[in-house]
Amino acid sequence: MNKKFFSSPIILILPSLLAIGFVIIIPLIFSFYTSFTSYKLTRPDSLYNFIGLRNYERLIDNTKFWYAFGRTILFLAIVLNLELLFGLGIALLINKITWGQRTLRTIMMFPMMFSPILVGFQWKYIFNDNIGVLNNFLYLFGYESAIPWLIDKYLAMGSIMVAEIWANTSIFAILLLAGLLGIPRDPIEAARVDGCNSWQVFKNITLPFLMPFIFIALTIRSLDVGRAYDIVHIMTGGGPAMRTELLWTMIARIGYKDANMGFANAMSYVSIILSIAFTYYFFTKLVAARRELGQQ
Amino acid sequence: MKKIKKIAFWFLVLFLLILVCMPGIWIFISAFRPNPEILAKPANWIPDRWTIYEFTQMFSISGYVSVPAFKYLMNSVIISSVSTVIAITIGMMGGYAFARYNFKGKNKIFLGLMLARAVPGISLSLPLFILFAKIGIINTSFGVIIVYVAMNVPFTIWLTDGFFRQIPKEMSEVARTDGCTRLQAFWNVELPLAGPGIGAAAIFAFLLSWNEYALASVLTRTVHSKTLPIGMMDYLDEFTINWAGMCAIAVVMIVPAVILTFIVQKHLVSGLTFGGVKG
Repeated sequence: MNKKFFSSPIILILPSLLAIGFVIIIPLIFSFYTSFTSYKLTRPDSLYNFIGLRNYERLIDNTKFWYAFGRTILFLAIVLNLELLFGLGIALLINKITWGQRTLRTIMMFPMMFSPILVGFQWKYIFNDNIGVLNNFLYLFGYESAIPWLIDKYLAMGSIMVAEIWANTSIFAILLLAGLLGIPRDPIEAARVDGCNSWQVFKNITLPFLMPFIFIALTIRSLDVGRAYDIVHIMTGGGPAMRTELLWTMIARIGYKDANMGFANAMSYVSIILSIAFTYYFFTKLVAARRELGQQ
Repeated sequence: MKKIKKIAFWFLVLFLLILVCMPGIWIFISAFRPNPEILAKPANWIPDRWTIYEFTQMFSISGYVSVPAFKYLMNSVIISSVSTVIAITIGMMGGYAFARYNFKGKNKIFLGLMLARAVPGISLSLPLFILFAKIGIINTSFGVIIVYVAMNVPFTIWLTDGFFRQIPKEMSEVARTDGCTRLQAFWNVELPLAGPGIGAAAIFAFLLSWNEYALASVLTRTVHSKTLPIGMMDYLDEFTINWAGMCAIAVVMIVPAVILTFIVQKHLVSGLTFGGVKG
C-alpha cells in the first residue's frame, strides 16, 4: 500500500490540486458566471437574471473604470521599476560592505515582515497632515504650513507609491544580494586585468549573472501585486475624488458598498487577467533562468 | 579623496538604515505614549511619559474592553497555525513529487499552480463571499483556514521542491537498496535533510496567513473569526483614529513576525533562489 501510494506522483499532488480547485478554481468559474448576470447582493434572485455581455459593455463605456485601469498599470510600472532599481542599488551597496554585512542584510528584511495593511497604516500615520512625523519634521526646519500629503490629488498617489516601495524593495535587495554573493570572482578579476572599468564589469559580467535572480524576484513580486489593495484601502480608500482609485479598490467599492456583484465580477475578471498575464510573463522568463542556474 | 568616498559610503548606508527602521520604531514608540502626546503640536520627539495603557486595554486587564484584541490574537494564532500545518503537509507532498518524479505535464501543472496563486485576493473574495455564505461557512475560522491553505500551497510547493532538489537522489536510493521502502527512505533520510528548508517554508506560509487582509476582511464578520489585521480596523472610526491603540495592536502583530523571520532568514533566501547559491 505504502509503496503504491508513493509511486504515483499524481496522488502526491492531488491534495494540493483539490484545495486549489475548491478555493480558487470553482469560485472563479462561479464569478465568471455571475459576471453575466445582474446579481446584486440585496436581491438574491437576481443571480439567475442572465444579461449576457451587458456588464462588460458597461465596463467598456465606463470612463472611471478605464481611469482606474490606466492608473493601476501606471502604478505597477513605476513601482516595480523603482523597486528593482533601488533593490539593485541596495544589494550592490551591501555587497561592498565587509564588516557587519550579515546584520545589515537581516535588518534589510524588516519591511518584508510587515503586513500590507500595517504598511498602509504606518505611512498613513507618517503622512498625516496634522500629526504626521513628516510634517512635524518639516516644521522643525521652519516649514510651518502643513502639507496635505494624503489629501492633495497628486501627492496622495506619490505617498502611496512611497509606502509600496518601502514595503517591497527589500525582497529585490535580498534576492539580488544572494545573486551577487554567488558570482565567481575569477571572471571579474580577469576582466579587470584586461583593462575593463567598473561599469564595463557590471554591464558585461555582473548583470548577466544577476538576470535569473531578477526574474525570480519579479515572479515572486508579481504573485502579490494585488496586495497593494490593502495599502491604498487604509491610506486613502481611493480618494481624494477617486484620484488614487486602483482596479482593486474599485472592485471592492462596487462589489460590497454598492452591492453590485455582477458588475464587480466583470471588473475583477479584468484584474485577474492582468495579474495572471504578469505572472505568466515573468514565470516563463524564470523557467529559462532556472535552467541556467541549474547548470552552474 | 578616498576618505571622502568612504565617509559618503557609510553615510549612504546609515541613511538607508534610518529609512528602513524609522517607520517601525516610530510605531513602536507611539504605542507606549499617551494619546494626547501623539496629538501634541509642535511634536515632542521623545515621550515625556511611557505608558502601557493601550495594551492593558486590549488585553482587558483593566476589565473594560474597547477592542477585544486578545480574541483577535487567538483567532490569528489558531487560523495561521492550522492553515500552515495543513498547507505544509500537502504542499510538501506536492513539492516532493515535483522534485523526484518525471510525469506528463509537469511544467504545465507547476505553472498552473503559480497562476492560481496570482489571482488577487480582492477579486477572489467576491465569489468566495457568496459561496461561503451559501454553504454556511462564512464568519468561521474553518472557512478562512481552507482559503489560506489553498493560498499557501503553491508557494510551499515552489520552496520545498527546491529543497528536495538539493538533496542528492542517491541518498534515498542507498537507503532503499538497504531495504527501506520509499516512504521509510523519505521519512528517515530526505525529510530530516530538508527539515530546515521546510521550516522556512512553514514560516513563510504562517506569515502570509498572519498578514492577510483582503480576503479575511470579507470572510470574517464578528469577533468569532476576525483576525488581527481586521481587528486593527476597529480603531478606525469614520472621522477619528485612535492612533495609540492602532500602534499598540500593530506592535502585537509585528513582534511574532519579526522573531519568526529572523529565525529562518538564511534558509528563506536559499529556498527562494532554488538553492542556486548559499544564503
